[in-house]
Amino acid sequence: MIQVRNMKKYYQAKKGLNKLKSGNTYVKAVDGVSFDLRKGETYALVGESGCGKSTTGRTLLRLHDATEGEAIYNGKDLFKLSNKEMNKVRKDMQMVFQDPYSSLNPRKRIGNILEEPLNIHNIGNKSERTDIVMEVMSKVGLQVDHYYRYPHEFSGGQRQRIGLARALVVDPKVIICDEPVSALDVSIQSQVINLLQSLQRDLGLTYLFISHDISVVRHISDRIGVMYLGNLVEEGYTDDVIENPKHPYTKALLSSVPLPDPNVQRERVILQGDIPSPLNPPSGCVFHTRCPFAMDVCKTTVPQSLNLAGNHTVRCHLHDEGITTEEKKVVNA
Amino acid sequence: MTTELLNVEQLRTHFFTEKGTVTAVDDVSFTIHEGEIVGLVGESGCGKSVTSQSIMRLYDEYMVEYEGKIEFNGDNLLNYPIKKMQKIRGDAISMIFQDPLSSLNPVFTIGKQIAEPLMLHHKKSKKEAYERAVELLALTGIPSPEKRVHEYPHQLSGGMRQRAMIAVTLACEPRLLIADEPTTALDVTIQAQILNLMRDLNNKLQMGIIFITHDLGVVAELCDRVMVMYLGQIVEEADVKTLFEKPLHPYTRGLIKSIPQMTGERKSELSVIKGNVPSLTNKPKGCRFSTRCEFADEKCLEEMPPLKTHSDTKKVRCWHYEEIIAREEGGHVHASST
Repeated sequence: MIQVRNMKKYYQAKKGLNKLKSGNTYVKAVDGVSFDLRKGETYALVGESGCGKSTTGRTLLRLHDATEGEAIYNGKDLFKLSNKEMNKVRKDMQMVFQDPYSSLNPRKRIGNILEEPLNIHNIGNKSERTDIVMEVMSKVGLQVDHYYRYPHEFSGGQRQRIGLARALVVDPKVIICDEPVSALDVSIQSQVINLLQSLQRDLGLTYLFISHDISVVRHISDRIGVMYLGNLVEEGYTDDVIENPKHPYTKALLSSVPLPDPNVQRERVILQGDIPSPLNPPSGCVFHTRCPFAMDVCKTTVPQSLNLAGNHTVRCHLHDEGITTEEKKVVNA
Repeated sequence: MTTELLNVEQLRTHFFTEKGTVTAVDDVSFTIHEGEIVGLVGESGCGKSVTSQSIMRLYDEYMVEYEGKIEFNGDNLLNYPIKKMQKIRGDAISMIFQDPLSSLNPVFTIGKQIAEPLMLHHKKSKKEAYERAVELLALTGIPSPEKRVHEYPHQLSGGMRQRAMIAVTLACEPRLLIADEPTTALDVTIQAQILNLMRDLNNKLQMGIIFITHDLGVVAELCDRVMVMYLGQIVEEADVKTLFEKPLHPYTRGLIKSIPQMTGERKSELSVIKGNVPSLTNKPKGCRFSTRCEFADEKCLEEMPPLKTHSDTKKVRCWHYEEIIAREEGGHVHASST
């Protein structure tokens, strides 16, 4: 449905006294990410804060302009469209944000918030718009009398339903969900996840699901892309990635997730240190500074994306052909 | 090992607000022993943070009234004058907060902030206090502590700041440590580091820890005993294994079932607890959970159930938990000891 190729988003980091320095410095938020979004699937981007997963989602909708790369949708490159053309595309691609408090205008009634996208895209006349809004409100589990209320009258879970309804009114094909359940309590989180899934079944939606919560991602997604420091380090079907992770970072990430079962004793891979600054990312493989298996080649050469069996791709030198079986054993142990 | 450290009895915390008195903690009783890590879990607004801050008496006492007893070292902390309370804070009881950036002072070095309680409570000289600060930073796993001791909070990363914060709280070797969501703001890989550190420190120093969190995964990994709170009350208390294997209260059962699992088969749908948490100004009359409980009957709507002792280690606040479990398990009734 959408093909993203080599997407890069650099932010210029020349503020204050840094202006005096010569040369350009960039924060490489997203550094060459490629993936496909298939029709009707849920593709999840996971990673820790600062890995560029949100920037990827926002750049795809052109909320930020991409520095480089392309995103093909319906045969057209989204990054080359004019603003006018892009606005038309946005009817098909909507976004749900993380914070249900700051993403709704506190001065507007729910009805007006939900009608605004219809106004922008010139859909229907006034009474038709009200009908559409009412229909969508019932789909996401809001009541008719909520139409005249203000956002502050709603709880976090209900606000997230409103955010979802706002995305749905223009009948989109793709919804980019940027951490849609992270701000919610556990009991409310499961309600919203179930809603997202039933809407997907009923309306044939495609989700790009951005999250740091791996257990949620495992539940909801068909395929997973794992990001680290602006790079997609591993990608594959959800079960393959979770059951049989190939990249050392994915392994560490998965083993760090606390399991709600006190009887499980696991081998923990505890990473040393912190994520390096994207202002000055490590040379070679971006993960080599924290990788327990780092070799000399990792420090100098950027690993290429390797296809393993079952559409599982990984960017790691440990899976290169030249690597001896001895070293591979260490990784698989 | 099982010396009683803290004993909270029928604690009630009332806030005086414009909309009337709000009782955020309502009849909470528990005991913490030396060397154990006790989890306090619940969703936002359930009163878990208010409970911990009441123990430290951190609220402005013109706006708040405490009721009940908080016994520490045999004394009731609620009867202490504020001067005496200050001698306890940061010395015998200390606290770690969620956000290390806003709980460390940005204009003082890390070393100064660790040395401060030592100089204040233990009357150490500046030199001794700084030497101890370096030791503490090393203990919490901060690399090159001699250098870090002179740095400011903004120079450290999130995980390092939380380690520094832990060093501050450990400075006076507290008997009781209250950790209020210390890993919520951190990434999972950093969270794993901090949880490991807390477990190690607990083994080494044998202090009691109250660990407040909303993440049941963290509880399962770290805690010995768990208390589940809902709308200002403890609804269930058990040791960690039985809580996850055999939860008794419908709320706990619903909560555990609604978390997406990392192992086993992927379910097509998550089970949910219907509805929302009611607000504290509009609490249900009977059982607090009655508005969301699928098993609630008239008795639940009218009368508040007591926190009943189910067995030595388990307590539960529900009228019908035995019937509910029996029904769900198809007739396997476990007779309770009471």
